[in-house]
Amino acid sequence: MRKNISQQPSSRRGAGFLKNAAKKAAKKAVFKKTTVTPAPKPAKRNTALPLANEILLTMHEHMVKARVLEERLIKLYRTGDAYFWIGGAGEEAFGVPLGMLTYKGHGPEFDCLHLHYRATPTMIALGMPMIDSIRLQMNRSTDPSTGGRNFCNHYCYPQWNVMPVGSPIEVQYGMAIGTGIVQRRLHQVGQKGISIVTGGDAGTAEGDFASSLIWASRPGAELPMLITVQNNRVGISTDYSSQHGEKHIADRGKAFGMRTAVVNGNDAIETYLAIKAEMDYIRKTGRPVLMEFMVSRLYGHSSATGANRENGEDCIELLERKMIDAGVMTSKKAQEMYKNFDEESKRIADEVRSEPAPKAESIWNHIYVENENADWRKF
Amino acid sequence: MANMSQAIRLALHVGETKLNVTDIFGQDVGAPLGGVFTATQGLKTAWNSPLDERGIIGAAMGIALTGNRCVAEIQFCDYIFNTIDLLKIAGNTLWVTNGNYPMPMVVMTPVGAGIHGSVYHSHSFDAWATRLPGWKIVMPSTPLDAYGLMLSAIEDPNPVLFLKPKALMRVRGEELIPGEPSDEKTLKAMIDQPVNERERAKWKPRWPELPSFSIPIGQGKITRQGDAATLVSYGRTLLLCNQVADQLRAQGKHIEVIDLRSLYPYDWQMLKQSVQKTKRVLFVNEDTDVTNFAEHLAYRTTTELFYELHARPRILAGKNLPGIGLHQDLERASVPQVQDVMRETLELLDETP
Repeated sequence: MRKNISQQPSSRRGAGFLKNAAKKAAKKAVFKKTTVTPAPKPAKRNTALPLANEILLTMHEHMVKARVLEERLIKLYRTGDAYFWIGGAGEEAFGVPLGMLTYKGHGPEFDCLHLHYRATPTMIALGMPMIDSIRLQMNRSTDPSTGGRNFCNHYCYPQWNVMPVGSPIEVQYGMAIGTGIVQRRLHQVGQKGISIVTGGDAGTAEGDFASSLIWASRPGAELPMLITVQNNRVGISTDYSSQHGEKHIADRGKAFGMRTAVVNGNDAIETYLAIKAEMDYIRKTGRPVLMEFMVSRLYGHSSATGANRENGEDCIELLERKMIDAGVMTSKKAQEMYKNFDEESKRIADEVRSEPAPKAESIWNHIYVENENADWRKF
Repeated sequence: MANMSQAIRLALHVGETKLNVTDIFGQDVGAPLGGVFTATQGLKTAWNSPLDERGIIGAAMGIALTGNRCVAEIQFCDYIFNTIDLLKIAGNTLWVTNGNYPMPMVVMTPVGAGIHGSVYHSHSFDAWATRLPGWKIVMPSTPLDAYGLMLSAIEDPNPVLFLKPKALMRVRGEELIPGEPSDEKTLKAMIDQPVNERERAKWKPRWPELPSFSIPIGQGKITRQGDAATLVSYGRTLLLCNQVADQLRAQGKHIEVIDLRSLYPYDWQMLKQSVQKTKRVLFVNEDTDVTNFAEHLAYRTTTELFYELHARPRILAGKNLPGIGLHQDLERASVPQVQDVMRETLELLDETP
């Protein structure tokens, strides 16, 4: 019988779950291929928190870096260096653990990431340099994701299987089915890559979300998919409770016999452990999981809602408090980190400002592979 | 001679055995039916999907993003409309990602009227399809072309939409597919699934040896040569144009007929040279006539060849109706019939500058 951990929010699942998960995580702290930024060794070993200090420090550093970067992207919008901002400031406690735990690489043997436009924390954790995000925000020709063609946070990194992020809020759930189909075959020959898809709560009203649940759970053809929802309880300006009758979005997975979980996505430690546990399950069984993460939205949806600081629990402050209380880091170190990343992001923005814009004639590039002629005037 | 369903089946067999196609899927594509037009019977990689067009296109895109090759089917194009934004994305992914992510996938779907399919089995999709930049669009009118174009579509590194004229799925061609047995009964015994359920359970296809063959995307074909006027068409209406050309030839009027075969990219050079010779052109298709693909072709003809024309370019297309009615009188009144092509052609020939 499959274990179902979905009966209640994980914050009320009890200490046993966290303890066991912590033991497993401590044994094999980071998945084989995940890149982790080297962190300074702590003065003393932490015993109060269920993750190794190295993981905590790395996670915190990525979270701060992602937040500072998002704030820089907003500033660039405000100073007229960019047309628009949209992002995931406030979701670092979800995005960073996801990126840290991803089996990173190119090809379906590795994890395939179908992210949405709140993916900066995941990208930072994967190893994306700040400059790539700023190039995207400032539409430079040097932008590796789109060459200046798309909005910020619309990342695309084939080298890490980061599939193109689009503006339609639901289509990634459908495309994840396809990578899952390919990976299912690979699981049968011992590979362990999984398809990971992220999206917001509002987007789950779209049919593609239902498609992902249906296709992932076809009897005898289950797909190794980690289907996730980041529920900040608002779609641009529309309140979740005014549109959703279901108690938890994750409950929808139960109808498909799917393992589900509701996680406090503002708690980076709990999130890390929960993602780790579910990824392990998917890699082992080849079956799908639906996870819902309750998160904050700290700067609104996008420029469309002002991109101003809003009320809500700050996941980085929460992690910092825990780490400081446990003696894993000091307040001073944390403040220095913010300052350093802020200065770095400012310097990078100045550098990117001088980089070339895309050339007008480049509009005809890449309509077809190898720049095959797409202009009917030239047939 | 193979019919178009058999020709597509043969091409898909080559695709899955020689061209690395890993998945041929859609509603009722796998066993036991093998497609509502039987075009996917006996294929080892064919499987049934949920009745979910968005899921089908999304899954095909995901498979393509891994670099794998697939052929997905939407059972009738009448049901493809709820996937239009996914088709847009499939067409723009390479461009949006600045060349990072190709989308090598084939989507096939039956189109058009001619089988009394009523409102939701008679739509055309060619005009919609040509508004999907980044896609290549093909539409054969013979089994041999269907075979060759499907193989090209599978090998193409871009998304290709393969429009199947449903009225022609059972029509046999005049040319053998390379490797095809010359006797149609032999072919049928080899690759057609038995109707009887018990026999079907034991049945396995016996595929003929098929040498490599393809028809390049973007290349039209002159099906009738002439110098009095040019008719440009594709799919079901191409055969009507051939019929009219044959009838007029008996009267000494030599009509050139071009089977466009590829709608995008299209063979402008062939079309241009023909119109420069005949000075008169009629474009024929059965999609609704407002914002019709032929309007683009007529516009280009007017723009580039205006001073060489002896008559204004004409378009004969489906009437701008919300649907095709079931009764045969309604269907015939809605989309071009052979007498309509004849009338328009004669008027074109009679027009004096």
